[in-house]
Amino acid sequence: MPAESQPRADTPTAALEIRGLKKEYRRGEPVLHDISIRIPGRGITAVIGPSGTGKSTLIRCINRLVEPTAGQILFKGLDLATLRGKALREARRRIGMVFQEYNLVERLTVMENLLSGRLGYVSPFNAWMRRYPADDIGTAWELLDTVGLTAFANQRADALSGGQRQRVGIARAIMQRPELLLADEPTSSLDPKTSVEIMELLAGLTQGRGIPVILNIHNVPLARRFAGHVIGMAGGRVVYDGAPEGLDDTHLKEIYGGEDWLE
Amino acid sequence: MNAAVTARPPAFVPNWPARIAWIALALYAGYATSILDVSWARFVTGVDNGIRFVGRMLPPETEASKMTLMLRGIYETLEIAVLSSALGIMLSLPIGLLAARNLMPPWLTWPTRLLIALCRSFHQVIIAILFVKAVGFGALAGILALTVASIGFIAKLFAEAIEEISAKQLEAIRATGAPFMNVILYGVLPQVLTRFVGFATYQFDSNIRNSTMVGIVGAGGIGGTMFAAFQKFDYDYLLTILLAIIALIMVSESLQNWVKKVYQ
Repeated sequence: MPAESQPRADTPTAALEIRGLKKEYRRGEPVLHDISIRIPGRGITAVIGPSGTGKSTLIRCINRLVEPTAGQILFKGLDLATLRGKALREARRRIGMVFQEYNLVERLTVMENLLSGRLGYVSPFNAWMRRYPADDIGTAWELLDTVGLTAFANQRADALSGGQRQRVGIARAIMQRPELLLADEPTSSLDPKTSVEIMELLAGLTQGRGIPVILNIHNVPLARRFAGHVIGMAGGRVVYDGAPEGLDDTHLKEIYGGEDWLE
Repeated sequence: MNAAVTARPPAFVPNWPARIAWIALALYAGYATSILDVSWARFVTGVDNGIRFVGRMLPPETEASKMTLMLRGIYETLEIAVLSSALGIMLSLPIGLLAARNLMPPWLTWPTRLLIALCRSFHQVIIAILFVKAVGFGALAGILALTVASIGFIAKLFAEAIEEISAKQLEAIRATGAPFMNVILYGVLPQVLTRFVGFATYQFDSNIRNSTMVGIVGAGGIGGTMFAAFQKFDYDYLLTILLAIIALIMVSESLQNWVKKVYQ
């Protein structure tokens, strides 16, 4: 583990601070314009906004699945935007991610998918031989009990239903023992009832462990129900940043209305 | 008739370039047949010769010394096939990986693709002639020739299989902070393993057939014995050898099915 340095200008309660983040996939056509936000150190922060407004790009800039064009992403005294090589991989180990389409390795078993959350800590030879520390395997069994998939441990991921897959996806992210969890539309591919169950699981697992969550979601009622903080985005800009209670119809019209749908 | 309906464009647009290409192909096939003096009369004499040839093959030779000679050839053929397949498969894994454009930078994929193309350029028999010149007569030349041919085939298909994998699964493994080798082991390999096993068993099957061929140019195996039988008009012995090769291929076929079942 790298030595943890003290947080800099960001307040001790912030899990993450983004300053002046800009992303252009094509030159002169920014998807994110000068985003500056602070993610509270506890609870779920929901990022709401229409499809194509850059929510997914924003969340992927944090763990650098997407390269930011400009700006700073401050996390535990590190600027994630400048990290490279081993330092970047070590930062990624500390950040879990849950995906819209679950992104499980289909041909691996549920147990192998869970343990893949530890791949940042296991040597390739041991990973290949499936030799993981007993502690990790114990945690994986406990998590499987929690998400109710113990009986599926040795089944391949492609045998599971959507809701079951997302449970595995969440368990895999928790296996990293992350200090921050990114969730990119984790319920968008699921039915309404399963969506609520998945959100309850996500909230329960992260709350108990004190893991702050950044949650991309376009479903406003779900965001209101589970988030302690809401960031509203439209056209690649932040148009709302505050408590869910403060979010009114004027804001929602600004976020979802007008021509932003077409972007 | 409704005016709005008649104004619509046709639902299915004819593909003229494809039609022209088919017509051109049919015309060329007719032209080539006329040039090459392919005629029914020649075909009939050919069938006649064929029947006489088969007649001279029967019954197959079973004399003990010749059987021993044949078995030795078959064993050598099998050795060439197994060793060249093993070597070719082992080398194809890293080479195919280096050629995959979704994982590797262009300065690496480009020369690797050139190497694979080079391995595929010539027929195994031509490569075998080169190796016979280089390392002399015998099985070693055959093994090397078929190894090169295997790389040309498996590495290319393996690279293509890697390029078709789901980027989502890869992204998830990358997001855990896994080092590159672990991304390959968990993000790439599970997605391509069954296809790779398919290519490898197919190549082993080809190598058994090809290793009966390279003997003709002196690169070891049953091919040399078979070619000698041909030239000495020893057709009943030829039949024995052909039957042995068929048996070998059938054994390999059932082995393939078993391997594929193990890997689903």
